[in-house]
Amino acid sequence: MTPRQLLDPTSERGPADRPRTPRPESLQGLTVGLLDIAKPRGDVFLDRLHELLSARGVEVLRFRKPTYTKPAPIDLRREIAVRCDAVVEALAD
Amino acid sequence: MVIYASHVGLPDGYAVFVKASCPTCREVAPVLRRLREAGVPVSVYTQDDPSFPSGVEAIDDTDLHRSYEAGVEIVPTLLRVTGGAVAETLQGWLRADWERVTGVPGLGDGLPDHRAGCASRTLDPEVAEMLAVRLGARRLAARRVELGDLEDEAEAMFERGWTDGLPVVPPTPARVLRMLEGTSRHPEEVVAVVPPDLVDCTVEKVAINAVLAGCRPEYLPVVLAAVEAACTDEFNVHGVLATTWSAGPVVIVNGPIAARVGMNSGGNALGQGNRANATIGRALQLVVRNVGGGRPGGVDRATHGNPGKYTFCFAEDEQRSPWEPLAVERGLAPGRSAVTLFAGSGLQPVVDQLSRTPESLARSLAASLQAVAHPKQALAWDALLVVSPEHARVFREGGWSKARLRQELDGLLRRPGAELARGAGGIAEGIPAALADGEVSKFRPGGLLIVHAGGTAGLFSAIIGGWVSGALGSEPVTREVRE
Repeated sequence: MTPRQLLDPTSERGPADRPRTPRPESLQGLTVGLLDIAKPRGDVFLDRLHELLSARGVEVLRFRKPTYTKPAPIDLRREIAVRCDAVVEALAD
Repeated sequence: MVIYASHVGLPDGYAVFVKASCPTCREVAPVLRRLREAGVPVSVYTQDDPSFPSGVEAIDDTDLHRSYEAGVEIVPTLLRVTGGAVAETLQGWLRADWERVTGVPGLGDGLPDHRAGCASRTLDPEVAEMLAVRLGARRLAARRVELGDLEDEAEAMFERGWTDGLPVVPPTPARVLRMLEGTSRHPEEVVAVVPPDLVDCTVEKVAINAVLAGCRPEYLPVVLAAVEAACTDEFNVHGVLATTWSAGPVVIVNGPIAARVGMNSGGNALGQGNRANATIGRALQLVVRNVGGGRPGGVDRATHGNPGKYTFCFAEDEQRSPWEPLAVERGLAPGRSAVTLFAGSGLQPVVDQLSRTPESLARSLAASLQAVAHPKQALAWDALLVVSPEHARVFREGGWSKARLRQELDGLLRRPGAELARGAGGIAEGIPAALADGEVSKFRPGGLLIVHAGGTAGLFSAIIGGWVSGALGSEPVTREVRE
């Protein structure tokens, strides 16, 4: 019997094609980006995280999306990828 | 007739396509023998009987591959091939042309000067379908998903996450090829970059999702325009999807295509039961889900959502409308077809069975519009007002243009900022104090869309509340439908 064939309606990005970057063992000597998505009070959370990370000697860089309703601009994503070893994105509401 | 010259792969010289069941081909058979005798390099391809025409040593094309690739529509067809390309095409028998193209005089002794041919076997309905799948499907780029013998098609598609919760039509190569017949656009053309995964979406991918949704091929141009409009930065379907608010894309169709594909703009236009309305809106949602990767619980974070997120698409009733169509108001030339996308969050019907003057009815509508999002919210939320034929009659008889109605509503929708400020009336929700000076409009300029649709009985209109308006949220977007 001929196998029944369907055409894939998806983007064809199987999960296998997008493995996650392994988590760092430790933050020692790494640069951590803090991304504020521009929702109210996200900065409160990130400010505190900034304090805690700095107190542990971790270098911290701050970033902010222009609006939470749209994906981060490509330049911003690239800047974070180039300058940071890890990133924390703060959702809020 | 389209000849795919570079694909034909025919040797230089002449190629003639014939079938034994065609009387003209049988009459032309001696001509082919004569060309051979004259030393003309002619290859003869026979579509039905490999022994026909006798004495010519025809090439068996009963599987029709050569005929299909050469785009033959009539037999006999004579092609002159030079440098791998088709330089000239003759259909049927026309002595003068055959003599000119082959350079052999005195052809077809005893034949009339002209004899029409027959349809190529490639065009027989059941054959065309088979060929399209076997040969045409090679043009399709999408990954093939093979189902196991014991797999139920409907269940398999649910399991793969392709559906919106309702069953979908299996996107077989034959169905997708038929769907692509609905547009002249190339299957590989990129229609839009679809959020949230920002994936290049081709005409073919849209067609596959249109099949899933249950569309007919003639709906495809409308779906393509809707996908284009949704994926603009202005409409911001990413935000519409991601928001915790109930919004989803509402598709309003204007122009001749609406009637041509059988859309409903009348009774129950915003409800169930019309295939075009139902499946065009659904196809857009499935593109966002399947191509863009936007799914509830993933990037879609809606608190409630709304039933229109399955599908929300209708046509404006332009025929009975006292006003210019929405797309024309938004800059499109009259008589053209278009979609307008609005980020809508559900339907609130408005009853007014007593107003007989436009002044009274406008006040009713304005009072009801105040409730969009929250009665104390202003400027930040758009709305789409769907005026029914019976309400429109009141405005027509009162001589109110759409511009007049809009102007009157603008006035009626202004309220003292002090009433809207946070805390006013014992309600914490409201506009910030900084915006509460003087009078405040309910809607920003351009934030209220007005269309005419619905059944002829019912002194009701309908309000479709919007989402965050403007550059931070969503702008309505109108796109012409290209066929």
